[in-house]
Amino acid sequence: MQILGAIQASTLPLLALSPPGWGATLLLGLWNSVQIAFGAFALGLTIGIFGAYGKLYGSPVVKDLLAIYTTIVRAVPELVLILILYFAVTDAVNQVLLSFGHDRIQISGIAAGIAVLGVVQGAYSTEVLRGAILAVPAGQIEAARAMGMPAVLLARRITLPLMMSFAIPGLANLWLVATKDTALLAVVGFAELTQATRQAASTTKAFFTFFAAAGVLYLLLSIVSTLIFSRIEAWARKGQRRMGG
Amino acid sequence: MREFFVPRRIVMLVLGLALVVWCVVALRWDWLANPKYQALILTGIWNTLWLLVVTMVVGMALAIPLGFAQAVGPWYLAAPARIFCGIIRGTPLLLQLWLLYYGIGSLFPSVPWIRDSALWPILRQAWPYAVVALSLSVAGYEGEVMRGAFKGVPHGQLEAAKAMGMPRFTIFRRIWLPQALHRVLPTLGGETVLQMKATPLVATITVVDIYAVSSRVRQDTFIVYEPLLLLAVVYMVIAGLIVLLFHWLERRVPTRSA
Repeated sequence: MQILGAIQASTLPLLALSPPGWGATLLLGLWNSVQIAFGAFALGLTIGIFGAYGKLYGSPVVKDLLAIYTTIVRAVPELVLILILYFAVTDAVNQVLLSFGHDRIQISGIAAGIAVLGVVQGAYSTEVLRGAILAVPAGQIEAARAMGMPAVLLARRITLPLMMSFAIPGLANLWLVATKDTALLAVVGFAELTQATRQAASTTKAFFTFFAAAGVLYLLLSIVSTLIFSRIEAWARKGQRRMGG
Repeated sequence: MREFFVPRRIVMLVLGLALVVWCVVALRWDWLANPKYQALILTGIWNTLWLLVVTMVVGMALAIPLGFAQAVGPWYLAAPARIFCGIIRGTPLLLQLWLLYYGIGSLFPSVPWIRDSALWPILRQAWPYAVVALSLSVAGYEGEVMRGAFKGVPHGQLEAAKAMGMPRFTIFRRIWLPQALHRVLPTLGGETVLQMKATPLVATITVVDIYAVSSRVRQDTFIVYEPLLLLAVVYMVIAGLIVLLFHWLERRVPTRSA
């Protein structure tokens, strides 16, 4: 390992922020990754809330359709889904544009990434939120119904706030999965962190240095996210009795 | 069974069948008749399957000591195990794979004694890096799961074994490990499906798995959706088989339920 270290130590200046260093490229990639992850997580959460309500209270057909959606998404690799959705979405958008007499467009990488990863995240969010809604004491919901609360108000005031503390750990996991799944978009060629790293590495031939640096960036991202989510969880649990010790 | 076949499900099944028939009739499947691609597809499926099995087995073998060290080990074993799991779980598998293959793999040729060693013909290929990266990933994720499982074994069981005068290693082998494995069996099925979903990443380092075969067909013939659909179906079938296998395994292990 010493030899390997010595070979690579000379490449450390390549990580500098200003050219000829590639640090700025990596940070820009990280920023793109965070944007895509955040958008995908938010889209997934939106799909998840509707999906969870659909699975719990929807009509039988809605339940079946949602079951098919979550089963397929969870059984097929994200990489394959990304390719299918990416081709299908760009094709569909262009078909629509052509039929209205517009020209073809190139869909922005960030938008396509968010859409594709959001659909994948939605399936997992649906399951997490469904479990969390089920964990809300039935008496609370029944009491609200008995008071004559309309369904939307009930969701907003009772179910969603109460299920938060159950959902946060699962959602924190999903956020971490989202940040790591953005790396898959490198395969389709988006300039997120992993792709930026590969570009930098193959230009400078300092593969080890750059991939290790990107690893550190991802780790920092996950450590910071874990800290933030534990704060959010503490906030969501305010007023709850301490469990255990 | 009767509850499954209510009218709406029959309508959905008919619609689903219609979709399948439409896919078969309207889409292009003529490339499937090409013996070259048939052989490639079989190789691809075979490579995906053995990668999955080998990395799960190796990864679990690594996860057991990692989990045990974290659960009850002294700090000088627990801390490195925790850091290892944190790094593996905190970075994307794709990056780990590329770090191993492009990063470490590209340094090997400049080290003379590695290039002269008998292992060099193997190290020049891509699959050892795929096996190592995927196994380490299993080890990292399952190490965390095994930590919980080792901690979850009731203390009375271990005390009873100790009271019977069992040596420490026998306690581990006969009581602690089997009960911990029993506890992770339900999660292990899901984790194996997740691992299967991670295998297509190896195509990015030129291992010919089923995903690589589909990309190859796409590049050769410019047919986009059909190979991807076939790919999705293959993965769904493998996922279904994994779920069935673990159901069967779980039923073979007797559980006392209150």
